Amino acid sequence: MMDMEKKYFQPEFETMPVDEIKKLQDEKLVKQVCYVYDNVKYYRDLMDKKGVSPLDIKGTEDLHKLPFICKDDLREAYPYGLLATDVKNCVRIHSTSGTTGKRVVAFYTQNDVDMWEDCCARAITAAGGTEHDVVQVAYGYGLFTGGAGIHGGSHKAGCLTLPMSSGNTERQIQFMMDLNATILCCTPSYAAYIGETLHEKGFKPEDNKLKAGIFGAEPWTEEMRRDIENKLGIKAYDIYGLTEISGPGVAFECEEQNGMHINEDHFIAEIIDPDTGETLPLGSKGELVFTSLDKEAFPLLRYRTRDICVLSREKCSCGRTFVKMTKPLGRSDDMMIIRGVNVFPSQIEAVLLNSGYAPNYQIIVDRVNNTDTFDINVEMNPDDFSDTPKAITSKEKKLRNAMKAMLGINPNVHLVSPKSIARSEGKAVRVIDNRKRLGINI
Amino acid sequence: MAVKQISIFVENKEGKLVTITDSIANAGIDIRAMSVADTQDFGIFRLIVTEPERALEALESSGCFVSITKVVGVSIPDVPGSLAKVVHILARHNINIEYMYAFITVSKKNASVVLRVADNDQAEKILTENGIKLLKESDIVNM
Repeated sequence: MMDMEKKYFQPEFETMPVDEIKKLQDEKLVKQVCYVYDNVKYYRDLMDKKGVSPLDIKGTEDLHKLPFICKDDLREAYPYGLLATDVKNCVRIHSTSGTTGKRVVAFYTQNDVDMWEDCCARAITAAGGTEHDVVQVAYGYGLFTGGAGIHGGSHKAGCLTLPMSSGNTERQIQFMMDLNATILCCTPSYAAYIGETLHEKGFKPEDNKLKAGIFGAEPWTEEMRRDIENKLGIKAYDIYGLTEISGPGVAFECEEQNGMHINEDHFIAEIIDPDTGETLPLGSKGELVFTSLDKEAFPLLRYRTRDICVLSREKCSCGRTFVKMTKPLGRSDDMMIIRGVNVFPSQIEAVLLNSGYAPNYQIIVDRVNNTDTFDINVEMNPDDFSDTPKAITSKEKKLRNAMKAMLGINPNVHLVSPKSIARSEGKAVRVIDNRKRLGINI
Repeated sequence: MAVKQISIFVENKEGKLVTITDSIANAGIDIRAMSVADTQDFGIFRLIVTEPERALEALESSGCFVSITKVVGVSIPDVPGSLAKVVHILARHNINIEYMYAFITVSKKNASVVLRVADNDQAEKILTENGIKLLKESDIVNM
């Protein structure tokens, strides 16, 4: 056989005909539902309450009969309430970042870890990762799934793995250069920061050996993708995942860079109307809901992600048959309601990048005299400043108008000194909502 | 001939001015003239100093956001009507003064003023033709 670059990690699944995927999902779903019902009291109670028996679930068509489970359930059941197997069968615990409330913990058996790492290996292979590649893992290692998931996936894909974890940018750059890293994996905001630092050190995009990056764990925009690609001289691939479902790699991007393939042999994706809970047809915009099919320790049926996106099953030129999800518009956890209007940080980021600013910003929301105040601090470009306030205030006004056009409400835009907003090395703190401090229910 | 002015972006935060004045003091640089332009959010602190390049370096290394602009410096007799004369000359030639401020240095005979105009060369030519003495970088060091 010809020695050709490996295109898929598990072609037997990744390119499986759609009707066979459905058959596989039907079989697995029936088993998973019985397993969950038998082993998790919390689920059993939920299903009994809804009047659904495992016998009612004969295939994916019956999925809608099952109750939803959401983050509040996971918090309520913390820590062992949703565990479906004996602790002695578990080998790992991970936890959500807790940025939006009480932490949630998820358990893994060895099979769960293997399945998850396979998913990550598919993502790395799709980004061009082979045994000739050096994968620099700059996601945080620890309770966060980012580091561990990509690390394991990189091993499975046969890449040389650089377990850097996040932070210490000087060392990241030194190892990237000295050890010829070819694939960088981290949060998009950290990738942008590394790119910016390389540029400041006088490195050109062609000075590094990187060819690709796999970035996730944060909402980001197409504009930010272009920015990172230009700064690092790479192709930037999106990856999606949640600790609750496994971790990164639930869905991943292929060379089309146009939506992420969901690993449908392991997860069923649905789109629902977030208000009514009604299942919506393919192509509709709504909340993404996942059902695990193979999980042993922490199986979840119809888990509401709060991510808003669209699913599509158009034929993909990469040959994969898995359904594709669009980049989430933003996690509804990130959504702010300011003066009655829904605002996502990703929208603000898009305006900044379109207006020629780096995505270094901070949103401050407060309430004064019963009115929401909405301020955005943005780092100015070094050229924006000369010797008169006018130059800056007119740029602030321009940016405010662009924000108003995108968001529908007027923020106060403040240009601040370059490098004055703290850089993130993990998840960026983009929003300071002081209304919460006031105990206002928003 | 124009002289170099240092402009520093100052956010309205505690301790910002301390950082600026300390870094200039520690570098052993003398301030000859200064002015502040302020808005609600930020100010711009403008300085004429003895060694602008070194001052820039010192300020940047202490984390300040700085730029250098060329401005016109004039030295006029310290008598009533001197400044009016300069302003009249420029007005006659439709040269707009964006801002101006005086030097701190006190001499018995002369006063020095910084003028910010759009076109330094044009302003300097006209002022010279009308008998106004311009300041050079070396004049600032030797004040």
